[in-house]
Amino acid sequence: MSARRSRSRQAGAGRITDEQIDDLMSKLQAILPEARLGRNDRVSAAKVLQEACSYIRSLHREMDDLSERLSELLSTTEMSSAQAAVVRSLLM
Amino acid sequence: MYRRSFKDTRSSLGSPNPNFSKPMVALRFLRALSLVRRSGLGACSPSYRARGIRRAAYACMAASAGPRRAWSRALLRKIRRRPGRGLRRPRAVIWRHRPVGGGDRLEVALRRLVPGGGCMEYCRLLEEAADYVKCLAMQVRLMQTIVDSASHV
Repeated sequence: MSARRSRSRQAGAGRITDEQIDDLMSKLQAILPEARLGRNDRVSAAKVLQEACSYIRSLHREMDDLSERLSELLSTTEMSSAQAAVVRSLLM
Repeated sequence: MYRRSFKDTRSSLGSPNPNFSKPMVALRFLRALSLVRRSGLGACSPSYRARGIRRAAYACMAASAGPRRAWSRALLRKIRRRPGRGLRRPRAVIWRHRPVGGGDRLEVALRRLVPGGGCMEYCRLLEEAADYVKCLAMQVRLMQTIVDSASHV
């Protein structure tokens, strides 16, 4: 169900096949959370792109939000023990 | 340090970067946070500090991904560019490299969201986008973990 039937971008390395595009699309689809796309075999390329854009935007917003919260927490003394706890949990 | 552990970020698209493992990213980011705390930013307004933390987060993410990825190179270039300088290159240069045909609305949107996505060919864009999303999600999870640990102490 790829919508990219006539895409042929040349960059000196030859034509890009539909199979290559489909393959990369399915890999991108695999990265996106299941809740957004389900595990259907064939989701349209447009849907994958749309969900990818939406997901990236939401991740950017989360980064902004978490940076704000970390900024507030940084001023407290609890951060050092939190950092130690995180390091311990990751290294074990 | 821990170059070969925790390969849960192994990318099937390109060769995996040994530096990009969870502990490495975490330690790099925690070190950056300590620096932010110790530096004069501690006395600044929280929103200014938040911007510094966000910049550090993106920088750690890009540095850990390594120079093999176009998005990490573009991100580091953007972060290291001194603020207030404005555009160094005229926009015309970027437009010249745009793929013929313009692409559709969704592709253009994706190019804007992925760092460095403006000038690459379509296949490359899909690859870079997948890697970028993976690293971004991991960075977010890391920061959430730190916030949770600090909140429950």
